[in-house]
Order: sequence, then structure tokens, then C-alpha cells
Amino acid sequence: MSTSEGPRRLRGYHDVAHDTGSGVLEQVVAQRERLRRRLADVGCLVAVASGKGGVGKSAVSANLAALLADMGHATGAVDADLNGPSLGRMLGAAGVTLRVDGDGVHPAVGNAGARVVSMDFLQEGDAPLRWRGPGGDDFMWRGVAETGTLREFLADVAWGTLDQLLVDVPPGTDRIQRLLELVPRPHLTLLVTTPSEAARQVVARSARLLREAGVPRVGLVVNMASFHPAGEAPRPLFAADAATRLAADTGLEVWAEIPFDPELAALTDAGVAYALARPEAPAARALHALAVRVAALEDA
Amino acid sequence: MKFLCLPCDEVMTFAERQLPGDGTLSAVFACPGCGREMAMLANPMETQLVSSMGVQIGGRGVPEQPLEGTRRGMAGGRPDAFEEVAEPSAAAPEVSAMASPPGAAGAAPSWSPEAVERLQRVPSFVRGMVKRIYADYCRERAIPTITPEVMDRARTDLGLEGM
Repeated sequence: MSTSEGPRRLRGYHDVAHDTGSGVLEQVVAQRERLRRRLADVGCLVAVASGKGGVGKSAVSANLAALLADMGHATGAVDADLNGPSLGRMLGAAGVTLRVDGDGVHPAVGNAGARVVSMDFLQEGDAPLRWRGPGGDDFMWRGVAETGTLREFLADVAWGTLDQLLVDVPPGTDRIQRLLELVPRPHLTLLVTTPSEAARQVVARSARLLREAGVPRVGLVVNMASFHPAGEAPRPLFAADAATRLAADTGLEVWAEIPFDPELAALTDAGVAYALARPEAPAARALHALAVRVAALEDA
Repeated sequence: MKFLCLPCDEVMTFAERQLPGDGTLSAVFACPGCGREMAMLANPMETQLVSSMGVQIGGRGVPEQPLEGTRRGMAGGRPDAFEEVAEPSAAAPEVSAMASPPGAAGAAPSWSPEAVERLQRVPSFVRGMVKRIYADYCRERAIPTITPEVMDRARTDLGLEGM
């Protein structure tokens, strides 16, 4: 609308500081505060991410959690893959019932005593994750709901005092971003990759995202780095040298190179802590060295 | 979102929330200067967006339960996913710790047989949480007994439709 003196100027949103009494801002602040209080009892939050799917993030997370717990650390693990949860089963905690009391939802106890929460515990059989709501246009609010669930997994679970809390981040750089909105500065982010060129390209994007977000400590974990057939010399599993190039291009340090071992996937998928069950296997030794390094970070 | 009363140049303040039960939301805002009221009518998608944030326009009527947003939002959760330990909400420990006489603010309400029967019809995935919410609702309002009528009122006030 305009007048003879020209268009009128309305006060904008930021011109108005008055509290509307809707209580929305206060509730959001309370959510953040609840998250802050819960994470204050976590010594070291470790995000295990990649951006790329199928590189073994969950297997690395499950074995790392079991190793740390076996070393005597109080270790928790959050399965942030809400639509493809597997971490609970990999930690040997399928089909559990979660106890709820005044302190929150108590995590399941998996291999070696590692505590774990996964959407898998909340779903029936092979049911996909579905949300109640109006039909159509789910994309408008689904991401908000899933970010809320991740926040609740972190803040509403009675983790107790933890030396490490691992967060198994699903594929997609947007999912890394989603975690950073809740936890802007993980103590450590491990980017899991393989020597394949396809993985290099995607993980490079994740590395850039983390760098631009100012995430302080990021390391590379090269999974399926080589193949150790019995009685033969180790040889590359992939023809490409993509992991080496990735480290050089991003300046990220390689924290672990884990050889390919079919047993790693087979045992971990069956809910057995491979790294504890086959401690002499080359892949288990690499995972153990990674756990020792992560543990030292917490102790530092 | 804020609403400005143009004649007064005052920010309108929240006055009332209504949840008709059809997935929509109505919120009344009033001008503190002239008293003029206006209603914001949100469609189901807009209402769902706000709900997905885990917030309620006008504030929460009772303390938030653990994983409440997830449990309220998920469809078809596993019936035996949760085991509720019978104790008051930690969100209001100072209230629950009080040994108040029945009907006093802070006292644990009792359940009428009809209310218990109705509670059993709530899906078990959320039943324990809903039970706590009803109890907290009554505790904060010094309602001594939970009846189906009280449950209806709480459902409307708290937006528990469908649970």
C-alpha cells in the first residue's frame, strides 16, 4: 500500500524484539540446553561418516565401539541412519526392549558392553520408517522430523558418563551437515573411504564440507585398503590409488588402513565383534590400532 | 512468526490454541494495545511442520517425555520397543518427589477403571508415554482422578489426537 507520502514502511521481523508469548523459541532453546547437558557427560564425541554409501562405516563403528568398550572405556554408539539402521544388530543387540525411566530412555547393551541406540529397536520387522502426518508433501517436514529424532537419540537417551560416543552417520553429505547442526564441533570425525575413485570423489566433498564448517579434527579411515589372501603377499583390492590421492588432496591424515576381510562383514553382520573374535587378523589389528588412537584422544 | 497490529504498531501476543482434531491448528493472537484479536489457521502440513520441530505454539502443557517427538511421530512402532518403569517423569522431579495429598498439585492421580480400559486401547508403542503425559497433566492441574472425560480434555489441550 502506498500513500501520498510514498509507500509505508512496515517494521520487519528483526525490528520487533517483543516476545510474542508463543513459547516456540523457549522450547527450541530448551531442546538445545537438554542436548548440551547430556553431551557434557561425553568425553569424546566421534562422528563416523563418509558421504559415500557401502564403504563400511557401520562395520567400522560397530567394531570400534566394541574394541573401546573391551578396553574398559564407557562407550556409546548412536545409529544415525534412521532409514537403514544396522548398528544395533552389528553390536549384537537386535530386538531389544528399551527401558524408560525418569532419566530418559536407557540404551541397549551390545558387544563388550557398548551402549547403543538404533531406530531398528523401534521398528517392527522389515517395516520402513514411516511418519504419521498428512499425506503428500512429506518432504516439507520429514527432514525436520528426522533431525528431531537424531537430537532425541543424543539428548533423551540416558547414556550416563561416557568416554566416547560414536555417531554412525548415514551416507550423504547432507546427513553430515544435519549432525553438525546439532553438534557443530565433534571432537573427532572419521571419514571412511575405500581406494575406489567413486568413493574418493564423494568423500572429498565431505572433507570440504567439514573444512568449511571449521570441524577441528578429521581423519581418514581407508577400508578395504588391501587384500591379504592366506599364504600370499598382501595385494591391492582396488586398482585405483584414490585413497592416497584423497589424503594428499585434502591434507587429511590417514588414521587407519583396514585390509579387506570377508569375515569382517560376515561376523559383524551376524552381531559378532569381529575385531574381538579374530584379534590376530590384519583387519582386526588395524581396527585395534585405530581404537587405541581414539582412546588416547579421550585420555589426552 | 510474529503478528503486528498495524493501527497500534504493537506485536500481537499469543492468547489461545485450539486443536480441532483434524490435523489443523488454530492459534489466537491479541494486540496488547487495542485488544483486537486475530486467529492464525494452519493447514495440516503447516501444523505437521511445527509438530516435527518438537514444539507447540503457546508452549507445552506438560513436561516433554524422552523420545516424545519420535514416538509421537512414528507410524507403526514396535509394540514392545519400550518398557516404562513406573515412576514419575524426571522432567518434573521436584513435583513428583512431593508427598502431596490426593488432589493437591503434585500428587499422583489415580485412574478410574474406565480410564484404565481406555488406556489399554492406546497402541503399546506409545502407551507408557501417553500414560505419563496424562498423569503429568493431572498432577500439574491438581486433578485427583483420571477419567475418560479428563483424557478427552487432555487430548485436546495437548494435541494427543491419534494416540
